[in-house]
Amino acid sequence: MAQTIELEIFRYRPEQESEPTLQSYEVPYNEEWVVLDAINYIKDEIDGTLSYRWSCRMGVCGSCGMMVNGVPRLTCAAFLKEYYPRKILVEPLDGFPVERDLVTDMDMFVAKLTSVSPWIIRNEGEEKPLEEGTYLQSPGELAEYKHYSMCINCMLCYAACPVFALDTNFLGPAAIAIGQRYNMDSRDQGRDQRQEVIASHDGIWHCTLVGECSTVCPKDVDPAGAIQRAKLSSTTDYFKDLLMPWGRRT
Amino acid sequence: MSYIRKVPNTWWLKRKPYTLFIVREITCVAVAGYCAFLLYLMYALRQGPEAYAAALGLIMSPTSYVLHVVGLLFVLYHTITWFNVTPKVFVFYVGEERVPAVVVAGAHYAGWLGVSALVAWLLLGTGTPG
Amino acid sequence: MSLRHDIVIVGGGGAGLRAAIAIAETDPSLSVAVVSKVYPMRSHTVAAEGGAAAVVKENDSFDDHFKDTVGGSDWLADQDAVELFVETAPAEMIQLEHWGCPWSREPDGSVAVRPFGGMNIERTWFADDKTGFHMLHALYQTSLKYSPITAYNEWFATKVLVENGRCQGVAALDLMTGKVETVLAGAVIMCTGGAGKLFPFTTNGAIKTGDGMAMAYRVGVGLKDMEFIQYHPTGLPGTGILITEAARGEGGIMVNKDGYRYLQDYDLGTPLEITDPNHPVKKSMELGPRDRLSQAFIKERDKGGTIATDHGPVVYLDIRHLGKKTINKKLPFVRELAKNYAGIDPVYVPIPVRPVVHYIMGGIDTDINGATQLPGLFAAGETACVSINGANRLGSNSLTELLVFGARAGEAAAAFATANADLDVAALEAQGADEQQRIARDFINKHGGTERIATLRREMQETMEDGGGIYRTEATLRATSEKLVELRERFANLLIEDRSLTFNTELTSALELDFMLDLALAVAHSGLARTESRGSHQRTDYPQRDDANFLKHSLAFKTEDGVRIDYKDVVITKWPPEERVYGRQAN
Repeated sequence: MAQTIELEIFRYRPEQESEPTLQSYEVPYNEEWVVLDAINYIKDEIDGTLSYRWSCRMGVCGSCGMMVNGVPRLTCAAFLKEYYPRKILVEPLDGFPVERDLVTDMDMFVAKLTSVSPWIIRNEGEEKPLEEGTYLQSPGELAEYKHYSMCINCMLCYAACPVFALDTNFLGPAAIAIGQRYNMDSRDQGRDQRQEVIASHDGIWHCTLVGECSTVCPKDVDPAGAIQRAKLSSTTDYFKDLLMPWGRRT
Repeated sequence: MSYIRKVPNTWWLKRKPYTLFIVREITCVAVAGYCAFLLYLMYALRQGPEAYAAALGLIMSPTSYVLHVVGLLFVLYHTITWFNVTPKVFVFYVGEERVPAVVVAGAHYAGWLGVSALVAWLLLGTGTPG
Repeated sequence: MSLRHDIVIVGGGGAGLRAAIAIAETDPSLSVAVVSKVYPMRSHTVAAEGGAAAVVKENDSFDDHFKDTVGGSDWLADQDAVELFVETAPAEMIQLEHWGCPWSREPDGSVAVRPFGGMNIERTWFADDKTGFHMLHALYQTSLKYSPITAYNEWFATKVLVENGRCQGVAALDLMTGKVETVLAGAVIMCTGGAGKLFPFTTNGAIKTGDGMAMAYRVGVGLKDMEFIQYHPTGLPGTGILITEAARGEGGIMVNKDGYRYLQDYDLGTPLEITDPNHPVKKSMELGPRDRLSQAFIKERDKGGTIATDHGPVVYLDIRHLGKKTINKKLPFVRELAKNYAGIDPVYVPIPVRPVVHYIMGGIDTDINGATQLPGLFAAGETACVSINGANRLGSNSLTELLVFGARAGEAAAAFATANADLDVAALEAQGADEQQRIARDFINKHGGTERIATLRREMQETMEDGGGIYRTEATLRATSEKLVELRERFANLLIEDRSLTFNTELTSALELDFMLDLALAVAHSGLARTESRGSHQRTDYPQRDDANFLKHSLAFKTEDGVRIDYKDVVITKWPPEERVYGRQAN
């Protein structure tokens, strides 16, 4: 294959170097390839020491998010032809500590996700027994939260969020969107419990509406929208409590 | 040992949306400044006709024109940003179909135009009201 | 030093998470470790699209689901297991609904179902065409609720620890530190998924390398029915990305280069017009079973009816007549994938497709409780072979299977672990230390090799496709076996470049290849020994089903000099083998 394309890749090998470096690779150019294919080519044929995460190669497992020319992308959905003949700079997702090469820390997200209680919460004694079948949920009720449930946890939204980059305590777009996903689910009764986390300083009120989380989201989850809606309902709660303290929810 | 990348002070120049975001944040200063100026005008009005005339004189200066135009642009930028956010905050469904963003935002723009027209009519209404 | 839990689950996909939750709900005092080489939401359950089968409609019945499944399996499924499976399925699906899975709904708020191939009535529950994704995330997020569950994410289990005739834990490589940790427990459940990566062209993700099967195989547990590999008839050429069977369930048709619905030439029934209200007819034409459709493709190719492309021959899956609205509503992912990876919009253009390795019916031999022959070792999901899938799995049975048997394995393992809490800790820790040394010696500190991992892997995949593809013969399978022996020898000369202990993915690739070379040989030998054609195992030199000799599960055991094949009877409870008919009765 005559045509080639250059990939410049962020390398960080903690046992060998204290600062990251950039390493350049020349790979065959194939217009059907995505950036991940080119990285796999490097791993398989040129340099077995390059580390990164990937699996499904169809945009649903969420493993292969990286910064491609400064923009967070799923590398399995970023085609070489979008960049060719320019060189492509591949770096680990912004905002996260780098463990090695293109591998970032994920535990931080798992902790944030867990903190929003991402499961159906029912009031004590109001769980429906299995024998009574499924809950009814109209297509309209489903549509209320459905797009928030499409989050693949790929972390692109975090990498796009300057608030998170400046302060990793921020709960962040995906975790809030998933919290909202349950809040908006007609089967759930746990909103009050989640509010303590979601409506906290490190939660929605930390968001300054840059809006890039929604722009980079590969699944149109619209976390920015989720956060703004949560802000609105949180504010409504506040005024309700203020004006009608007798109706305060416990 | 994981490596923590430092965020450079110029992070907001790295991508256009960040720059626009920071500019929008800075517009707040202009908005606040204009509010302060309006308060000053009201204060001057209370001080009597001479003080008010002096304040109006300030407005008539070329510098003031420029500041007003800049202020107006900033406020418009702000307004457009927030109106464009409205479809994200106000989500309505007709059956399973979500009301399209253009309709929600469009309603806000229409309302804005309506109110502006009303104000313009009140202020510039050719002096007919008795 | 070792970590101690009551139960260790290897794998955090659908089956592993379902098992973990089952244990936490059965006995909250039991501590559960989920050791997974990826963060659980990356597990390949995520990629399942079409749906999960469970009887829900008034006019459906357990007996119908049973018959579709057993017929689909070409009578190689164990009927006691299938009976239990179909009867447990609805409760499991309801349970998942209670855990928040966003099942697609009917206007009245009840769960919607659609038909899949080989089904006589609609019984596939679905969440658009991202069912596996939604199920996995619902299970994962729900699992976070249970404090007795400890997740060891990005820990790569490399060895099953057996002491005193009992499985008592695993050795696992912590990818972040490069340390081999010994995770001890009274019971271990393997939920590591399938092994699609044995083949070059597969819908499976990179992680599906059959680790759990190989680990069990190495400690003497039999692998059952490994010759049965499912080719899904509709993969995108080039990438192998799956276009779900739901596309056909909703009415999509398969056509050859002349726009002719070629399936009618291969004993799959007579087509109805797409405008006919009765289209698509269940268990007929496009809704025939996967093995038959993939085999029809090969015959059509040989007849010259396929279309040549850069990525080999293809046929077309045409869903244009469904209209944009239905496609967007019921098959949005199909549209997204076709647009992104085939460069066409299926609303306007037919989708080029070809058969692609999708699922392995075989796996670790278990009983209906997920127990293997090795006390303390359990398995569930694609990695296990109970077997409800026999010689050909019915579409949308696998997602249900991982729930039903994941939960059962969890409960059985919990009981076993409670009764067998005493462990031979010192001996197990010594085994863990040996494993650390083996990995250092054979891989991280190995010098002087010349064979690239990728080269060996590619040659293995090619020989598996050449010899163990949709149609096989003794000659092709024998050639494959010989090639695999050669590859095993060359594996000793592996080139290692990465000496790092931090997230060393060259090491994990090498360990995965090591596992796959074992499994590949088991597949080839199982295929060689089965001199009949049944379901997905089609021997052109033995084209007939042979119930007299082969109404049996094959069992592959690892021996010093290769593979030993043994057999075990199929459990027949109520439906003795008949001719397997699709389409004909529809007329």
